[in-house]
Amino acid sequence: MTVNSLHYHYDVPGDDFTRAGVASGAVKQILKQLGLNPETVRKMSIALYEAEINMVIHGGGGVIDIDIDDDKIVALVSDQGPGIEDLDLAMQEGWSTASEQERNLGFGAGMGLPNMKKYSDELEINSEVGVGTSVKITVNIEKSGEQRD
Amino acid sequence: MLIRDIMNVLDAELLTGEELLDVDVHTACGSDMMSDVLAYVKDQAVLVTGLLNQQAIRTAAMMDMVCVIFVRGKRPDQKIIECAKENGIAVMTTTHRMFTACGLLYKAGLNGGMKVK
Ligand SMILES: Nc1ncnc2c1ncn2[C@@H]1O[C@H](COP(=O)(O)OP(=O)(O)OP(=O)(O)O)[C@@H](O)[C@H]1O
Ligand SMILES: [Mg+2]
Repeated sequence: MTVNSLHYHYDVPGDDFTRAGVASGAVKQILKQLGLNPETVRKMSIALYEAEINMVIHGGGGVIDIDIDDDKIVALVSDQGPGIEDLDLAMQEGWSTASEQERNLGFGAGMGLPNMKKYSDELEINSEVGVGTSVKITVNIEKSGEQRD
Repeated sequence: MLIRDIMNVLDAELLTGEELLDVDVHTACGSDMMSDVLAYVKDQAVLVTGLLNQQAIRTAAMMDMVCVIFVRGKRPDQKIIECAKENGIAVMTTTHRMFTACGLLYKAGLNGGMKVK
């Protein structure tokens, strides 16, 4: 199967939690329809969903840009929120600044960033306090048959 | 066990997913924290939860789960049910509490998947 570079763009509102995850759901549908290996679809879906939820809960919303080419999927998730003060700390399992209210929505265990790391083949995070955060998730497209894990 | 068997075991009411009743499932996960579901679920097919929002459904969809059970008699609104329909997920509600619901399912043959390393 050959895919010649596809692009998708999503605006993710920061003031409507009920919509958090809608874009990731749409991307998952697209990846499935492209007939990609289920493990590839799952990896990108989970990593992107974590990033989208973070962007809504912590970043005040933003944009998602997806690029799909022959051998990889790249998702760029960017917001202009408060930024992450200490990225090394944020990457640790269990570290979270989520409020009680956010935890009542089912999130805020401090597992999202480590999980994004686990499911992506490459994870690049750029964040500056007062400027925003951008997360680049790369998942390689494994052809069926050469599935790992 | 089949999704229809889960309904019987939990004395649950099916809210959507008629067409999924004969899907065979083997493992389940019980949690109100979607963070944990995302971090620890591997191939569990059923989510038992007390979290009543669309993210409970979307999280299940991301993990390729096929059934979400709301405990403590929680009733999802129409938007949550629509979200489940779009994602091909069966939804039911039971008046059992979390611990009891999970215990009944375990006793009936569902297991929880592997231990966390
Ligand atoms: N886009 C963002 N903007 C600002 N801060 C962020 C952003 N993403 C993550 N963070 C910070 O990093 C912390 C850790 O993020 P992580 O996703 O690992 O955990 P969490 O979102 O708090 O909980 P979980 O993901 O388990 O639901 C967050 O609590 C928050 O302080
Ligand atoms: Mg998170």
